[in-house]
Amino acid sequence: MLKLPLKIVNEDPLVLQGKIYLDYAYYVGPIATRFFTDLRDRGKFFGIRCGECGITYMPPRGTCGRCFGKLEEWVEVAPQGTVISHTITYYPSVCHPVKEPIVYAIVKLDGADTGLIHMLGDVEPSEAYSGMRVEAVFKEKREGNILDIKYFKPLR
Amino acid sequence: MGKRVGIVAVYQTKYEESKPYLHIHDLAYEPIKEILKISGLKFVGDGTGIDAAIGASQDHWDGYAISSKLYQDQIGGHLRPESRVRGDGAVAVFYAAMSILSGHYDTIIVLALAKESQVDGRLVESFGFEPNYTRMLGLDFLSAAALQAQNYIDKYGISPEQAALVVVKNRRNARFNPVAQAPADIEVQDVLNSPMLSSPLRELDTKPTSEGACTLILSTEEKVKKWTSKPVWIEGVGSCYDSSFLGDRELAEPRSLTSAALQAYRMAGISDPKKEIDVFELSEYTSYQELLWAEGLGLCEKGDGGKLVQSGATEIGGEVPINPSGGLLSGVPVNVAGADRVIEAVLQLRGEAQGCQVEGAKVALAHGTMGPCGQFHQIIVLRRGY
Repeated sequence: MLKLPLKIVNEDPLVLQGKIYLDYAYYVGPIATRFFTDLRDRGKFFGIRCGECGITYMPPRGTCGRCFGKLEEWVEVAPQGTVISHTITYYPSVCHPVKEPIVYAIVKLDGADTGLIHMLGDVEPSEAYSGMRVEAVFKEKREGNILDIKYFKPLR
Repeated sequence: MGKRVGIVAVYQTKYEESKPYLHIHDLAYEPIKEILKISGLKFVGDGTGIDAAIGASQDHWDGYAISSKLYQDQIGGHLRPESRVRGDGAVAVFYAAMSILSGHYDTIIVLALAKESQVDGRLVESFGFEPNYTRMLGLDFLSAAALQAQNYIDKYGISPEQAALVVVKNRRNARFNPVAQAPADIEVQDVLNSPMLSSPLRELDTKPTSEGACTLILSTEEKVKKWTSKPVWIEGVGSCYDSSFLGDRELAEPRSLTSAALQAYRMAGISDPKKEIDVFELSEYTSYQELLWAEGLGLCEKGDGGKLVQSGATEIGGEVPINPSGGLLSGVPVNVAGADRVIEAVLQLRGEAQGCQVEGAKVALAHGTMGPCGQFHQIIVLRRGY
């Protein structure tokens, strides 16, 4: 049985410390299932193309927001791409997957029209720049989620 | 708009980093009690008082499911109509105006509140990212806004010094705003010396943690004229969403803001906002955003936001005064931000903005935003009616 985590942590002012425990099993759906399966098992990136709008979406999703079209045309895109923007994050956060400083980046993979949010690695943070060419580095043991990409490293 | 909706009364609490002795219902009580006193209105649905209530708050920030229950008894929600906007208070003002225009209600009270210090806000923001592809990366609205600011710099050559001028202007303006949390007589160098949080954003480039609440009463043209000698009319409204995938968006082109603004300008009959609007109260969560929002509103060309602030045009005495109140950088809570912008606009149009007053202001624009990097925007154009 889950004990509700509520306890007094301060007397003046009186403070009740609490936490909301909600375990979710997010069903990722057929589109993300295929994306993560290809990433995990083959180390390949697949985007999805809207023929109507001529846009290849990365990451892939089921519906085109522009024309409401159902998206079904899978297109392989390169593991290489270009940094659209980046930031060096210094402050700590319980959400961060790795130790700070973290270089977050928007990477537009070759063949995709929209950017993928991820991290940069194997680079001095101060040497990262927008326009930099990068390629994906995969985790050795992949589990079928976005962190199967360890980071993007500079293409040398 | 055929019929008109106006503002009867407004009230703001003082904004502070933390109000540790107040429960959310205490925080709600003060601005409601005070606005009832100012307006002389009561929670009665017989046509002589307030017909319904709309709150603006968020469950994740408040730590409670359907957290408007925390202030139901304060907002006049006991056995009466009460609803809630999950998010920014400017949207609550928009919904209140629509409810009145529909003819279903005449008079609505809007309350917006947040106690940011109760929870790790970065964690709350991380829940704003979809779980499949983005949330595991640990982004929050600050690191996302940093990606936006860097993109803006890369695209248009905006400098950290230009962004810092926004902070200097707003924190100095706040010295004349009695409810402002963090007035300060600072220099550009103070901003550039503050700790780097997520490049290019330094601590002073971002909105501080804040708590407080505000209220507005809106009503029909007929009743507003009866209840106040200084009516302010809502003349134009507009709202628009951009993609929830950050990488789909042009972060340095706030196209959803432009779309929202054009809707509001058209409704208000404004063709040249720079000339026809006297004062702008914008929701700048970062210094760079104020420059971007100015561009999105058509106050300067794309990429000229930096030059605009450098020219002095956005100062209180300038051609397009932005945030004479001190804005969000001087400390206004999330959710409250947009409603507080509407209130500051109303105070300007009534000539009650004290030391921050833009002389002779007749038309004002208030702006609220939700989502990372200004995904959604709400615009409200107001006009002095006396």
